Amino acid sequence: MSEAVIDQVAENEARFVDISGVHKLFGSGKSRYHALAGVDLRIAKGEFVSIIGHSGCGKSTLLNLVAGLYLPTTGSVAVNGREVAAPGLDRAVVFQSHSLLPWLTVLENVLVAVDSVHPDKDRKFRMDEARKYVDMVHLSAHANKKPGQLSGGMKQRVGIARAFAADPQVLLLDEPFGALDALTRGSMQDELTTIWEKNRKTVMMITHDVDEAVFLSDRIVLMSNGPAATIAKIVEVPIPRPRTREALLEDSHYLEIRKELLHYLIGAGMHAAA
Amino acid sequence: MIMNTEKPRTPDAGQAAPKGNGHHALTERPKPMITNLKTVKTKATSKPMPPAKLPAPSEDPERVARNRELARTFIMPVVAILFAGLFWEIYSSREGVVLPGPLKTLHDSWNLIAHPWFDNGPNDKGLGWQLLYSLRRVAMGYSLAAVVGVVLGIVIGKSAMAFKALDPIFQVLRTIPPLAWLPISLATFNQANPSAIFVIFITAIWPILINTSVGIMRIPADYENVAKVYQLRGSRYFFKVMLPSAAPYIFTGLRISIGMAWLAIVAAEMLTGGVGIGFFIWDSWNSSRMSDIIVSVFYVGMIGLALDRIVAKIASLFGTKGD
Repeated sequence: MSEAVIDQVAENEARFVDISGVHKLFGSGKSRYHALAGVDLRIAKGEFVSIIGHSGCGKSTLLNLVAGLYLPTTGSVAVNGREVAAPGLDRAVVFQSHSLLPWLTVLENVLVAVDSVHPDKDRKFRMDEARKYVDMVHLSAHANKKPGQLSGGMKQRVGIARAFAADPQVLLLDEPFGALDALTRGSMQDELTTIWEKNRKTVMMITHDVDEAVFLSDRIVLMSNGPAATIAKIVEVPIPRPRTREALLEDSHYLEIRKELLHYLIGAGMHAAA
Repeated sequence: MIMNTEKPRTPDAGQAAPKGNGHHALTERPKPMITNLKTVKTKATSKPMPPAKLPAPSEDPERVARNRELARTFIMPVVAILFAGLFWEIYSSREGVVLPGPLKTLHDSWNLIAHPWFDNGPNDKGLGWQLLYSLRRVAMGYSLAAVVGVVLGIVIGKSAMAFKALDPIFQVLRTIPPLAWLPISLATFNQANPSAIFVIFITAIWPILINTSVGIMRIPADYENVAKVYQLRGSRYFFKVMLPSAAPYIFTGLRISIGMAWLAIVAAEMLTGGVGIGFFIWDSWNSSRMSDIIVSVFYVGMIGLALDRIVAKIASLFGTKGD
């Protein structure tokens, strides 16, 4: 094998998610809205990256571009060296509003993803596979319940199970815990890190929670306020893993990073208000 | 709050409190009420409180209230019917009134009521047969309308262009009274039976079609995104996303339509003739059998109610609302 091939592989892994020169405009004429202006971002394979910013700064737009639910007006989005042209199972999304199908049970909602990944496997294999992911989020006891019978935290866990069941290359989390109360959010974050430590998927997460971002991420991307939002700053989180909440409080980096993020967000908020 | 004033007079709080406040018993469970009283009591009188007894299951105030409510639901309509019957009887017994009273109706039409399934040839059949023939026409026209309406509704709901093009036409067509279609229908089919069925079809299709297309257009963007990301396509998209999401709308259309279809069949049969409850009523009128008309109209109402309830029941089985 030549070194060129090895270099190519390394190059691909370093820019596993490759967003370059992306502008996104919505509407036309007078109602035209310039959501994103010149976003460049590279996410390495196995990296956990959070995107943080004020509401309306285009965080979700950026995530939807990687998901393929939107297409960039100019610029390009590529995952694993392939241009994103449509949504696909290699980029599973955990939606903010959980978006479970309310007429299907927990197991059937997860099965939706499994059936798409393994259309040629027999039913028993697919059921076992779905049960495995329901089990992963500790919902086996509720596998046959409808989403309407579940709490907000449980619904979001089903959303996470469904995303993992798609066995994606990139996991896209759109404010996954935004609608949950503080206590549930904490335990969900713990659960997510545990799952992530086991399989180290590439993750892009949208959040507006500074502590959540620091606790979970390798890097935190700060967005400037819209319209024409772009990346203002990228903060590295050099806190060793596996992380625990207690250890985090004693880590010297933690307070520093937290202060830096809050300082930026408050400053940007003042700027937006003025 | 209201119970505070009653508390010193009631030695046994568990039983007396709900009795004194009938409507409270419906919303609050007995147990919290007792603890509530206990705390208030110790505060107010500072006397030691005798241990509160839980009411026995048979005295469960919630259940008593529910039973009373249930009894009212059945008794009140009966009372209303008796009163209406009484007024009818009084009105009919006045001089010069042609309308027979309820007792005379029962007497005159007893043969018709007691023998619904007699069959003396094509022109003389019991009420059961008449209703069955009408129901068969409705069933045919309505099923055809349901199938065509749902299929067309889906096509139109999925295509914004088709909706824009066709919606104004539907809005006009749906306001045309059922009987206005009958001459066109007779001219086209040259036969009474298919014409009546066509009238049912054309009456019933619009609510189904319009509701289905609206239901399809209103599939939440969240579900569409799930379908895109998790690659639900073709029949899986149809059965797992589209149909369940639009089901409440489709069933609303189906329920409106069954009522309209039943309204239309009576009128259509009056004009087309043959066996059927509509023509039976018309024929009774021509032979001045007023009591037969009253009995038939009563049956028409009951069947109409039953049809509506059946479709509503089916709708409640399928029409899962989002959470």
